Amino acid sequence: MTAATRPLTEGMFRDRADRSIVLIGGYSPSSGRTHFPRLAACPYTGADDVEEVELPTDGTLWGWTAVTARPPGYDGEVPFGFGVVELSDGLRVITRLTVADPGALAFGQPMHLVADTLQTDEDGTAVVTYAFAPASGDPHGSAA
Amino acid sequence: MDVSITGIGLHPFGRFDGVTVTDMGVTAVRAALAEAGNPRFQAAFCATVYSGVAAGHKVLGALGLTGVPIVNVEAGCASGGAALMLAAHSIANGQYDTVLVFGMEKMPKGIIRSSFFEPWREQGGLAVTPAYFALRAQRLMRESGVTKEHLARVCVKNRANGADNPNAMYQKPTTAEDVLASRVVCEPLHLHMLCSPNEGAAAVVLQKSERGDGAVRIAAAALRSHLPGSVLGEATPMSGIDDTGITPPSSLAADAAYEEAGMGPTDLDVVECQDTDAARELLGYEELRLCERGGSAALLESGATEPGGRLPVNPSGGLLAKGEPLGASALGQVVEITQQLRGTAGPRQVAGAGAGLAHTVGRGANAAVVILKR
Repeated sequence: MTAATRPLTEGMFRDRADRSIVLIGGYSPSSGRTHFPRLAACPYTGADDVEEVELPTDGTLWGWTAVTARPPGYDGEVPFGFGVVELSDGLRVITRLTVADPGALAFGQPMHLVADTLQTDEDGTAVVTYAFAPASGDPHGSAA
Repeated sequence: MDVSITGIGLHPFGRFDGVTVTDMGVTAVRAALAEAGNPRFQAAFCATVYSGVAAGHKVLGALGLTGVPIVNVEAGCASGGAALMLAAHSIANGQYDTVLVFGMEKMPKGIIRSSFFEPWREQGGLAVTPAYFALRAQRLMRESGVTKEHLARVCVKNRANGADNPNAMYQKPTTAEDVLASRVVCEPLHLHMLCSPNEGAAAVVLQKSERGDGAVRIAAAALRSHLPGSVLGEATPMSGIDDTGITPPSSLAADAAYEEAGMGPTDLDVVECQDTDAARELLGYEELRLCERGGSAALLESGATEPGGRLPVNPSGGLLAKGEPLGASALGQVVEITQQLRGTAGPRQVAGAGAGLAHTVGRGANAAVVILKR
């Protein structure tokens, strides 16, 4: 039996049939710009024509570090990886990383979107967030 | 503009248990007003972020100086620059002759918790300020050839300067070895490469310039916010685009200030810039156009920004030595530059300084650039 889960926040990503997830962004046809997470208006022009768009699940690593001390308001594990992934359409997204050793990561390495359990609530509900992992091999291991 | 700084005052920056933020504001305001000869002021602008409702009113209320308009100003790390801009332009535009500007802060301890971020960002570990600083530092290292040794050198420089500043939180010099031996907070940033949020206050009295008064003048006071699209800017959105063509808010503010002052970066003799972390100072060199893009490591290596160099940066010790009381920070820089231009900076004095720039940038994003000249 699978324990109950809840997303970190509504509307940021959705589950797919194969248990993978996909990020939900916003696209403004008038500005031609995509953003994440989806907002009511285009953050580049203020246009109110934002449409929901599923973002690419693959990208490359553009920036990374690890948070070593538990920050206020956060109940997950430390250290944890944190960085920016440039998606295949060019959008750069702030993200949790599954690798918490900065020395095991390299600029430009292929990354893939995964669901990651952040913490477990008192009632046993797992809080799930999006994260990026190296595209091949052990998601918590070292880069090739 | 014809606006002079006729009084300056500080409450030291550090940690002061039992001293309220109002007490600190009173100390700085009293000193600044006394130096200016206790003039009647027609308005007051108070910079603070964490002090709550009507913080400036409480300070002036404690001194029996209410009745005039008192405006409390919040613009993140640039709050003091914002308050100074409003005050200076109100005089330049003829609204007032004399305006009091002050700022104070008593920061929470530890990693700064900010209502800027939605609760889910905190819960998801996506609101960690030093982690954003680290990503920006890493980018600077990748794109400008900056190394950890350069970051340590900034710390050594500013802490050495702070050793000569009796109002700084840290008055002991440090070594590159000690900086690099301090624990890693967020790679590549070590603990001693990050400034300490703390407490303090600063105040300045601005008056319409009288011909031949010999006072330090405000040549420019500019405030700007971010343009959309930069994922690692101080606005910290959750996504952005390739931002190589997006001018950062510090450059927007600097360009506006240079234009307002009719001066350029080569006309400056001394700079106080935002060194929240060691890499932020180097990024400031580039954003304030003290060097070309990618040239910050070379400028540091040249020794130009050291005491005795062509353009000393953060002779006060910067935030790395003084700590960062948000609302007081920018005005603390203005007090330092004023002392430098008056020639009263003691062991920190930059010889013959005739023009100086003060720069703050932070959450919002907000960036302020103030240029003073003799």
